[in-house]
Amino acid sequence: MTEIFRWMNDQLLRMQWLSDLVTLLVRDVFGLDIATRIGASVHFFIYYVIKIFILLSVLIFSISWVQSYFPPERTRRILGEHKGIGANIMAALLGTITPFCSCSSIPLFIGFTGAGLPIGVTFSFLISSPLVDLASVILLASIFNWSIALAYVLVGLVLAVIGGTLISRAGMEDHIEAFVFQSPIMTGDGETPTRRERFRFARDQVVEIFQKVWLYVLIGVGVGAAIHNWIPESVITGLLGQDNWWSVLVATLIGIPIYADIFGTLPIAEALVAKGVGLGTALAFMMAVTALSLPSMIMLKNVVKLPLLLLFAGIVAAGIIIIGYLFNAFGHLFV
Amino acid sequence: MMIIKILGSGCKKCMALGENAKAAAAAAGQAAEIIKVTDYAEIARYGVMSTPALVINDKVVSTGKVLSSGEIQMLLTPAG
Repeated sequence: MTEIFRWMNDQLLRMQWLSDLVTLLVRDVFGLDIATRIGASVHFFIYYVIKIFILLSVLIFSISWVQSYFPPERTRRILGEHKGIGANIMAALLGTITPFCSCSSIPLFIGFTGAGLPIGVTFSFLISSPLVDLASVILLASIFNWSIALAYVLVGLVLAVIGGTLISRAGMEDHIEAFVFQSPIMTGDGETPTRRERFRFARDQVVEIFQKVWLYVLIGVGVGAAIHNWIPESVITGLLGQDNWWSVLVATLIGIPIYADIFGTLPIAEALVAKGVGLGTALAFMMAVTALSLPSMIMLKNVVKLPLLLLFAGIVAAGIIIIGYLFNAFGHLFV
Repeated sequence: MMIIKILGSGCKKCMALGENAKAAAAAAGQAAEIIKVTDYAEIARYGVMSTPALVINDKVVSTGKVLSSGEIQMLLTPAG
């Protein structure tokens, strides 16, 4: 049984066959030695680009199918039935499966908050939604391993629950623009889509996300290949190595203004870890890139006032840094 | 005259929906004014949570979807 699982994990998820195939291509067709820098870079680039694109298509399609059962209207109704921290936990969990694009975050924020959900619950949702989606979990398992993927989900959810709870405690309702509370509420779950509509939704999501992220993936894999083969290990570890207590801090601060998709950041994280950077440092970088970004901050500024926005960014950044240090301290348990 | 509003922050999907609405109105032979609504306060007034949303004569008829012009035509006919 474990044999079968290992085979499935290696071949289907980690795609060992693809790596072997690309090795053949690079060696026999391009005539490059896999042990040289150029050969290894070319292999890394081709292998990861194809692997991420395959995973992306399969994952987005199946996940979108699941998501079509959880439109925001339904999520809001479910959240309204929970109280206290239970609502925050539900929000963090539903954040992983409710379809979400940053361009929809504002109407969603208004829809949730205007309907009387506590702002902390809405923020739990907003933190978990970009940070922990199902696709990222499976990608993490594919590039690192399952225990790292599960640990990532767990800390991501905990961050969302605690972050939202702290924001509730801060009592910052008056830092939300007034019009948010004056919006009417459409009740009900909306119409139930037919199977054909679900299929179309899932297919459209694949196309749309592909168009949105392919460039990030190419850039991310390119940076990963460069880190792997061209930048000396001493430079990387000198900057982000385990010995530097500030490595997690630097990684988080570098990551915050950058906006990229998790699919683009994973190959960079993988390359960093391979070069001796702590797992926590690499994960902190990844979380900072995906959870906090200038474009999403600017968008949120439309509905919340500056103090609340800063509190949100501060709590999330602090959480990421703590998670980074925890993973660096206990990361050896996972690798 | 029919008033069609496209609610959304101006992302690619909203533009696609706008184009489809225009084509649908033309195909149905309806005189329609198409208004793009990007102001969040106004979007909120319709209670919409996923964009782009389509509003025909002040009634929300679809949210979070880019309807094809054929689908929009079907929505236009009973209203007209």
